[in-house]
Amino acid sequence: MIAETLYTGFGAWNPVIWLVAFVVALLLAWAIQRLGEPDIPGDGESGKSYISGNDEPSPEDGHIGGSNLYWGFTEAMKGYYARVIPLHTGCLTDYVLWFLGTFALLFIFIGVI
Amino acid sequence: MMDFIIANAPALLIALPMLGAFALPLVGRLGDSARTGWVLGVGLITFVIAALLAWTVLSGGPVLYTFGAASPADALPADSGGIPIRIVFTVDAMSAFMAVFASFVGFITCLYSVASERRSSGKDGYYALMLLLLVGILGMVCTGDLFNFFVFLEINSLAGAALVAYRIDKGVSVEAGLKYGFLSTLAGLMVLYAIALLYGQYDSLNMAVIASRMSYTMLDKVALALFVAGLALKAGAVPLHFWTPDAYSMAPGAVTAFLVVASQAGLYGLFRILFSVYGLTLSYVTVGWAVIILGVLSMFVGVTMAIPQKDVKRLMAYHAVSQSGYMLLGVGVGLVVLGDAAAMDAFGRTAMEGGIFHIVNHAMYKGLLFLTAGAIFLQTGTRNLNKMGGLGHSMKWTMLFFIIGALAIAGIPPFNGFASKLMIYESVFAFSPVIAVIAMVVSILTLASFVKVFHAIFMGPEQPRHADAGEVPKPMLAAMAVLALLTILMGVFPEQIVTTVIAPAADALIDQSAYVATVFGGI
Repeated sequence: MIAETLYTGFGAWNPVIWLVAFVVALLLAWAIQRLGEPDIPGDGESGKSYISGNDEPSPEDGHIGGSNLYWGFTEAMKGYYARVIPLHTGCLTDYVLWFLGTFALLFIFIGVI
Repeated sequence: MMDFIIANAPALLIALPMLGAFALPLVGRLGDSARTGWVLGVGLITFVIAALLAWTVLSGGPVLYTFGAASPADALPADSGGIPIRIVFTVDAMSAFMAVFASFVGFITCLYSVASERRSSGKDGYYALMLLLLVGILGMVCTGDLFNFFVFLEINSLAGAALVAYRIDKGVSVEAGLKYGFLSTLAGLMVLYAIALLYGQYDSLNMAVIASRMSYTMLDKVALALFVAGLALKAGAVPLHFWTPDAYSMAPGAVTAFLVVASQAGLYGLFRILFSVYGLTLSYVTVGWAVIILGVLSMFVGVTMAIPQKDVKRLMAYHAVSQSGYMLLGVGVGLVVLGDAAAMDAFGRTAMEGGIFHIVNHAMYKGLLFLTAGAIFLQTGTRNLNKMGGLGHSMKWTMLFFIIGALAIAGIPPFNGFASKLMIYESVFAFSPVIAVIAMVVSILTLASFVKVFHAIFMGPEQPRHADAGEVPKPMLAAMAVLALLTILMGVFPEQIVTTVIAPAADALIDQSAYVATVFGGI
């Protein structure tokens, strides 16, 4: 088991021990789940979603799409995104300019400093 | 027979896929089964030869192969004036490491293509280009000759650009292929100009000869800046990454997975030039910091640009940029302390090992993710995350493979991404805690991004518009399963991989004198 230990120079990481601990945790979680109620009692009405009295939307409408997630993150970072996204113009000549600019900077950095 | 194969493995490694590519128009006339058997056979045998070559290198030291010489090890004929006048392949542990996993991914992507491209036309050309792309990559990582490196870089770029544009897709893929081809050619020309500057000064194109004569003049510095800019563009490092989302998103899934390896060949070229050609003569602290800055920019800009993407393949392409940053960071830290033996022993070597380990890990899990994206596109006809959902009901195996790839790229244990990232975090922390924290934050953002993708594609109720979507054919599942299995195994047994393959590869880069001696020892 020790043979699987990865030494990083500062610590160690043994995936096999981690996996054993993970499986034990899964078994515990499964055992706890087994202690719960097997199903929702009644005629199934109590299992339906309550959306402030509104009808449940269709499956297509009810799924939260990719754009809806992390709205808060992009909103908080909008100052950054407002500058970085426009740089990705999709225009080949812009890409060439970026290449030339980067080469110039690299040359100054490598050749002069 | 086996002795002949082992003795000529470097040449066969290039000759076999090249023959496979050029014979395809003839073999294709025999039918689909013959073409499939031919491509998979060539891919598999190429991988076996690469593995044999790697075994030879790891057990007996670097292999020198001189084309056209009476003896392959005879790089310096008596009347050559001490200059290797023929084309030389110098295969050390770093080259062998790259060759093995590149040929493996080449085989896997061809296997995947058997099913994913089954309804498409032009399969002879498609597979011929895949094999030529493999030739380009293998040549780049094996050659010891700079002009030869440029030739293989061009083969790599042209085959890659043609593959990106291979499916018409309303003309958009042609535009993506044009961008990829144009920028790759520009990078290739810069590399060629840098080679010319070195050749003009040192009268040789052999890397070991140039390394032995390197005096780091102003012209050498110009050449170095050209090399770094050109190869960083090929590797997709920020701010030269703009082509990656365009090209990766428009190429077929299997091609994208292989293009990741093609980009990593550019990264290999950069490391080879920095360590083996320039080595201790360059101002390694300055150049090392340039590489680190490219790495940190790639990590951060890549992941933050991935988060708002709606196209699953563009999102993954930005993540590919971000992951390249880890490799640049790890190896850049090693370069900064190249001349400081104590720091190299304390953390530099581990940082380099982490960076190199991340190259192969990235090829496995990112290849897997691009293959899952290709499977999803095949079944739904869309790459738009807003138009997906509920696919976990009908594509359970693809979902499982996606989860494995996503957890690996996010650096979650016990998958392979965690092992290499742990090595990078800990060693970089000893070098600069701030950069290590940035690397960890980038991993958290990567996880967040893939949670979004997972939710958008697989979670939720079944969508009526994807009612017909089912699981993909078995060859595609088999290709994904192999990469998923390796992603797990390399995470569960990281020390074996590091000790056997990664550490010798890092040592091969660090020890410039051994690289030079490989060629000059052939007198």
